Amino acid sequence: MPDLKQHTIDYMTQNPSILAKSLVVKRDHTLILDGLSFAIRPGSINGLIGPSGSGKTTLMRAIVGVQSISDGSLNVLGKSAGDKTLRYKIGYVSQDMAVYTDLTVVQNLRYFATVARATRQQVDDIIATVRLDKQRNQIIGSLSGGQKARVSLAAALIGNPELLVLDEPTVGLDPVLRQELWDLFGELASQGKTLLVSSHVMDEADKCDELLLLRDGQLLWNDSRQRLLSRTNTRSVQDAFMRVITSKEAI
Amino acid sequence: MYHVKVTFATTGRILRQLSHDPRTLVLIFVVPCVLMSLLRWLYDDNIAVFNHIAPALLGVFPFIIMFIITSITTLRERTGGTMERLMALPISKLDLILGYMIAFGLLAIIQALLASSLILYGFNLDVAGPHWFLIIMALADALLGTALGLFVSAFARTEFQAVQFMPAFIIPQLLIGGLLLPLSQMPSLLETIAYWMPMTYAIDALNIVVTNSDLTANAWRDLLVVVGCVIVAILLGALTLRRKS
Repeated sequence: MPDLKQHTIDYMTQNPSILAKSLVVKRDHTLILDGLSFAIRPGSINGLIGPSGSGKTTLMRAIVGVQSISDGSLNVLGKSAGDKTLRYKIGYVSQDMAVYTDLTVVQNLRYFATVARATRQQVDDIIATVRLDKQRNQIIGSLSGGQKARVSLAAALIGNPELLVLDEPTVGLDPVLRQELWDLFGELASQGKTLLVSSHVMDEADKCDELLLLRDGQLLWNDSRQRLLSRTNTRSVQDAFMRVITSKEAI
Repeated sequence: MYHVKVTFATTGRILRQLSHDPRTLVLIFVVPCVLMSLLRWLYDDNIAVFNHIAPALLGVFPFIIMFIITSITTLRERTGGTMERLMALPISKLDLILGYMIAFGLLAIIQALLASSLILYGFNLDVAGPHWFLIIMALADALLGTALGLFVSAFARTEFQAVQFMPAFIIPQLLIGGLLLPLSQMPSLLETIAYWMPMTYAIDALNIVVTNSDLTANAWRDLLVVVGCVIVAILLGALTLRRKS
């Protein structure tokens, strides 16, 4: 049996990008997040893994400052979540594409650039980064699902944010496109950005350095993927997840 | 965090979106003129009736159309997720509300000029007072529709809910706002209620300018009330827009 208590890392010493202590979120009197405590290290790719309805989106919305917190504390880049200065430092991709489908790629990105006080040059650089040069003057509504996902990601990259919060960015994409996006996440992390990427697909967890396993608003794991596999004595996150859940229920 | 550049970028973005949407442009610019023409045709043998009701409707049509378009457009921002993205970015709520207001305000100016030119010079409506006041009043009513549309969209989660404000919020103002019956002839309770509705003042001002050669104190009061309501609705719209849910 894995020892669930040992995974609590000493987050006070690591100057974390995100630090949650006993975080509680209720919506319409329903408990969504039930006392989460975790830390996220700068420059890492963190997978927020859990079934739908586990509270992933609520946690991400709390981190970007659009979800009220009921109890506990949530610090992001050294500030309390929702702090005004954080709006320049966080890039957010929600589950909706959240771009203007009746505008072109470049019109969308230039608008978000003005809002985020970024330059037009940066818009052109980001279009190249997400490989949408050929589509730059195309209306979003006429793009494929994968291209739309990349526009949404491009909008989040504007303003050169330190922290990227990406809510199921690869959902519905074909395996090749998914791999491309994960390669891009790797590049971004190597530039020193911190990424929090949610997914309900377990095989995506295998691409992350660090994992947060969420189920019914409770955190089952927050540590490296390697340690999760070795401690549960499994080979895939899928099996490890199952092992952690069954052992927790046994207690 | 308010930044005038962001306000104008928002205005530009909204106008660019609308330029890709010919149906909405037709609804704003053409439909009020078509409705007025229909009315003129209907009363072809009885111009006196047309003269009596056309000025009030010059305030009502732009008001309703701008109300619908603004509330639905704002709601689309919410349901499409872009509102949430913006709320996570350094944009002030006033940037967003003013950006919308200026964009739709510009459209309202064109709309007011088109509709009032048609009834003043196309149909030679008999107007005793100054024409410019009639045009300003039509514009103020369109802006009122825009501002109220922005305001109520804060209380709706879907486009369908926004449309539900029409019968609940707009039709009562038309029924007891002086369009069907002069306020002085209404039951006193209804008259009191009517004085609490902005549409009443819009209709009153348009009736005054048609029948009086001078602008009376009441005409100015009416204009001030409508403009005041526009400003209050904008501020309430900015206040009720929630960054966090």
